[in-house]
Amino acid sequence: MNYFLPILRRELLGYFITPLAYVFIVIFLFATGLITFQLAGWFEAGSADLQAFFLFHPWLYLFLIPAVSMRLWAEERKTGTLELLLTLPIPTWASVLGKFMAAWLFTGIALALTFPIWITVNYLGNPDNGVIIASYVGSFLMAGGYLAIGSSLSALTSNQVIAFVLSVVVCFLFTVAGLPIIADTAALIPFMSTAVVSTIASFSFLGHFESIMDGVIDLRDLIFFGSVIGLWLMINVIVIELKRNG
Amino acid sequence: MSDCFIKIDGLVKRFGPFTAVDGLSFSVNKGEVLGFLGPNGAGKSTTMKMITGFLAPTAGRIEVCGHNVETERLKAQSAIGYLPEGAPTYGDMTPRQFLNFIADTRGIRGAAARAAIDDAVAKTELQAVMDQQIETLSKGFTRRVGIAQAILHNPPVLIMDEPTDGLDPNQKFAVRNLIKEMASEKAIVISTHILEEVDAVCSRAMIIDRGRVVADGKPDEMISQSRYHNAVTIVVGETDVAAARTEFEAVNSIAGLQEEKIDGACKFTLFPADRDKLLIEDVSALLVNLSWDVRALYAEAGRLEQVFRQITTADTAVEAIDEPEDEARGDDANQGVGASFE
Repeated sequence: MNYFLPILRRELLGYFITPLAYVFIVIFLFATGLITFQLAGWFEAGSADLQAFFLFHPWLYLFLIPAVSMRLWAEERKTGTLELLLTLPIPTWASVLGKFMAAWLFTGIALALTFPIWITVNYLGNPDNGVIIASYVGSFLMAGGYLAIGSSLSALTSNQVIAFVLSVVVCFLFTVAGLPIIADTAALIPFMSTAVVSTIASFSFLGHFESIMDGVIDLRDLIFFGSVIGLWLMINVIVIELKRNG
Repeated sequence: MSDCFIKIDGLVKRFGPFTAVDGLSFSVNKGEVLGFLGPNGAGKSTTMKMITGFLAPTAGRIEVCGHNVETERLKAQSAIGYLPEGAPTYGDMTPRQFLNFIADTRGIRGAAARAAIDDAVAKTELQAVMDQQIETLSKGFTRRVGIAQAILHNPPVLIMDEPTDGLDPNQKFAVRNLIKEMASEKAIVISTHILEEVDAVCSRAMIIDRGRVVADGKPDEMISQSRYHNAVTIVVGETDVAAARTEFEAVNSIAGLQEEKIDGACKFTLFPADRDKLLIEDVSALLVNLSWDVRALYAEAGRLEQVFRQITTADTAVEAIDEPEDEARGDDANQGVGASFE
């Protein structure tokens, strides 16, 4: 903790001393509102739940999360502060974890600020608040998964645009892995067994998020997002260590 | 702990087919200020990056205060203060926030952190800008924030990549004094392109070229390798130039001379046959009986710049320094009109 907390504190401070945090939060809130009311027609549907609100989170994260994660390492590499960071007496895992946790907390703050819609739905009807809490937890976990992917890919390059594009592509693949388009394409490949196809499908963020949105936080879904985050952060540490070798 | 703070043995760094550092071995003791010299791309920064644990060596071993940088990286890094090339800092922070972060990562907290920051800030004279965003500061201030960060935890080993780059002459003077003040308690390595800086602050100079050490010694010893060491420069009015040339050519202790025309006069640089003898004694003895129009007369200590160029442009760099006859190579081309009696 002694190693990890200073990084976490600096990173969090970094969000709020620049306009980044405020721009991100405003756009996130505006976009969730717009999608919920305009695209998903939450108001017209007249049902007392937040399905319409949560349903679009994966697609919103697909673009907004890489915008947060792209700078995590690429910017440090570009400005040379990476050299400073890696020569401070801090283990690499602590830097990786500190940066990730700060970014995750930050998106958590943005997510928490959508609370007025929760108040609204409670004012208008009698929603199942257990389902809503589960959905918030699921959305938060999914954001962590996207962030871990983005953080790793940001460590590969000093160019933030490349980091962004790579992250969107990889996050997209993880999002849609369970959709028929992927399963059907995979099934076309010769020798592809149904076991492989269903394994690919099981990596889908959408599938796991939707099962949480049903109101049940299944241990398997927690383990899934936990291992996605853990795996990508390990890749992140390895990428940084490999860069040390030139 | 022994006084050997940095010990480097057979250090090699390759980037693909390119060898940046090629078998460096040296050690730096407490109280030494080592000046790293060398052309761009010689391997100075790469060596510093390996000592500080930013880059892993391809081969070889580095110990900092008894800790192997590869296997005990954090212990070694705790003992090092490092100013990377270009003094990178988090530009969106203020110096106060930035130095607090550094203290935090170095495990210095509370009152100890405030004391350490105050001390580093006083030494680098940052008081006036403590609450301005670093990216809005001038280059000189940014550099000093980087130096403050490096000395914050009072490390036994200080590694600074071009510490005075971008500073004005007064700031350069201040930073050099700061380095000299800290020198007795630390092992300090600085890299620089400014050769006068080596003379001003370093107790030892090391010239690196193509990843190898090509010269290592005290700065004044190195300067004495220069063919300008104990040379005499004399400026003679136009009317006496021909006579002077004839007289100089007749003196045995003058091995060669260089002429440079300046306004209404000629500047001769006379090179001694024996660089350990004071040629100026012979020249002033000669002048006693002559009534030339002499406008200036002084002895040269030697030029580190010339030694540097001679060593780093010669093909057989290591040998060149021992063989005086090779010295003119790579040098005359840049030195106005050259002449030699031999």
